[in-house]
Amino acid sequence: MSNGILVFAEHRDGALNKTSFEAIAAAQNLGSQLAQTVTAVILGSGANNLAQEIAAFDVARVVYAENEKLAVYTPDGYTDAMERVVRELDPQYVVMPHTYLVRDFAPKLAARFGKGLISDCVRAEVAEGRATFTRRIFLGKIDADVISDGEPPVFVTFQSGAYRGDQAAKGSGAQVDTMSVEVGEIRMKPEAPFQEVKQAVDLTKADVIVAVGRGIKSKENIALAEKLAEALGGDLAASRPICDAEWLPIDRQIGSSGQTVAPKLYIALGISGAIQHLVGMKNAGIIVAINKDAEAPIFDIADYGIVGDLFEAVPVLTEEIKKLKG
Amino acid sequence: MKIIVLMKQVANKDAILRINKEATWIEEGDLSFEVNESDGYALEEALRIKEKVGSGEVIVCSMGPQRVKSVIKDALARGADRAIHIVGDNLQHLSPFAAATILSDAIREENVDLILTGLQSDDYGYAQTGVIAAELLGLPHATIVIEVDAAGEKLRVKRELESGWYQWYEMTKPALLTIQSGISQIRYATLKGIMAAKKKEIKEVTPSAEAAARPSHQRIEKIYFPQKTKQTQFLGNGDAKKGAVELAEKLRTEARII
Repeated sequence: MSNGILVFAEHRDGALNKTSFEAIAAAQNLGSQLAQTVTAVILGSGANNLAQEIAAFDVARVVYAENEKLAVYTPDGYTDAMERVVRELDPQYVVMPHTYLVRDFAPKLAARFGKGLISDCVRAEVAEGRATFTRRIFLGKIDADVISDGEPPVFVTFQSGAYRGDQAAKGSGAQVDTMSVEVGEIRMKPEAPFQEVKQAVDLTKADVIVAVGRGIKSKENIALAEKLAEALGGDLAASRPICDAEWLPIDRQIGSSGQTVAPKLYIALGISGAIQHLVGMKNAGIIVAINKDAEAPIFDIADYGIVGDLFEAVPVLTEEIKKLKG
Repeated sequence: MKIIVLMKQVANKDAILRINKEATWIEEGDLSFEVNESDGYALEEALRIKEKVGSGEVIVCSMGPQRVKSVIKDALARGADRAIHIVGDNLQHLSPFAAATILSDAIREENVDLILTGLQSDDYGYAQTGVIAAELLGLPHATIVIEVDAAGEKLRVKRELESGWYQWYEMTKPALLTIQSGISQIRYATLKGIMAAKKKEIKEVTPSAEAAARPSHQRIEKIYFPQKTKQTQFLGNGDAKKGAVELAEKLRTEARII
């Protein structure tokens, strides 16, 4: 009989990812609601110290699945190893962070069990012993409550920020079991990760950011936002589509594939607020959104909102700010 | 070089969404549809690879009701050579595993060198169907790919990692790649392309009853607009200029930014 919650801890460059702590917090939360124990799993080679680090959390035990083929991440290696761990432990739930790495291998893992993942969840609630997971659909515009009606294991991934890593409870030192796992043929050869040309613009230190999205409509219109940024003494930034179109250089991109910022003031112009953008700016002090779509997800996290035409609002705003500052 | 591109039709990005009476999905009656954004980039990448290699075939595969034909015809007009349309009314609501099962059944016999698709759909956003299809077809895969070098014997792909990091992978062919949005400029269909598309083959197939009836393992109980995490003060009451004046004042008096 399947029982327990298995939580996957991710690491890179010899350190645990902070999303791993969030996943542990998610698993602990689910575990206490379902009255089930939490076991953590970490894959690697020579990563025993990281397994020990996880053992400090309040988990029943830590499984360290070892194979030299796991020294660097590959989807083939991680899938084989995790499949063996899941079959051996027979958990009811497998909880993972919704990172690029997990997105790369976890669907393949779930497929080995004849199913997919309940992916990118923002919360989980248990009623009468049954868990309901909430995930965002339509690029964050709508929430969907999802239940699993299949056989265990249920594979769940949680969005970055859904749980707080610093709320993962510490324990009295869990036992670490090393499991040597078999890994089959690895069909891909990863080269060393690298960063593109050094970021010329560091937006992480900006106090004020004026960011533009699709709603700005053309490269020429960016001048409007630039004037507003100037009036506020702030920096110009953008969502992904703007940098993809090369209307602004990539080092001004905010979001999961760009920079993560937390300025005192963030003004989002014509940005609908897809999850990938929100994760890069939701910790800003004051968030202002100007967008013609009242249902745009950016308004969910905005302190001040104007539903309307940014081409009408921005020039007036710029003038008003100049007046107040003047 | 024989390449299949898996493309999905989704609700138009700018459409105002309304939730249906049962709160299980959106009202689709008066909705306009378009190709899923990253799938459009997957097609563009396939066409570029074929042009670079100098020979080959690009086959589009899409699944859903007859309205999906508009995505297929557009892809043929842009330069795809032929298409497979898996026809069915509710296929767009399948779980990623069931969808991947039907897609891989439909394309298995084609024995292609490459399968490309977008990294996730803009409606359900599972971000899994491509990877699961690779597993079902026994192929290696790479996700969130932003550059493909398919000219050599081995495949080289550049993957996007988080926070501005990248990584090259060398892989064996055949393989499946999920493509990130924005990696190139998507071509427009030319008039010549639109005319030529009319003569291109669109093969219709129907999924097996058991594949379509597979247990989903995940079921939507209800959908709803997200609860706001912040109490947003809406300014201007529909008048953008008035809102701007009020906003400047709020930034000074409440937020104390100015």
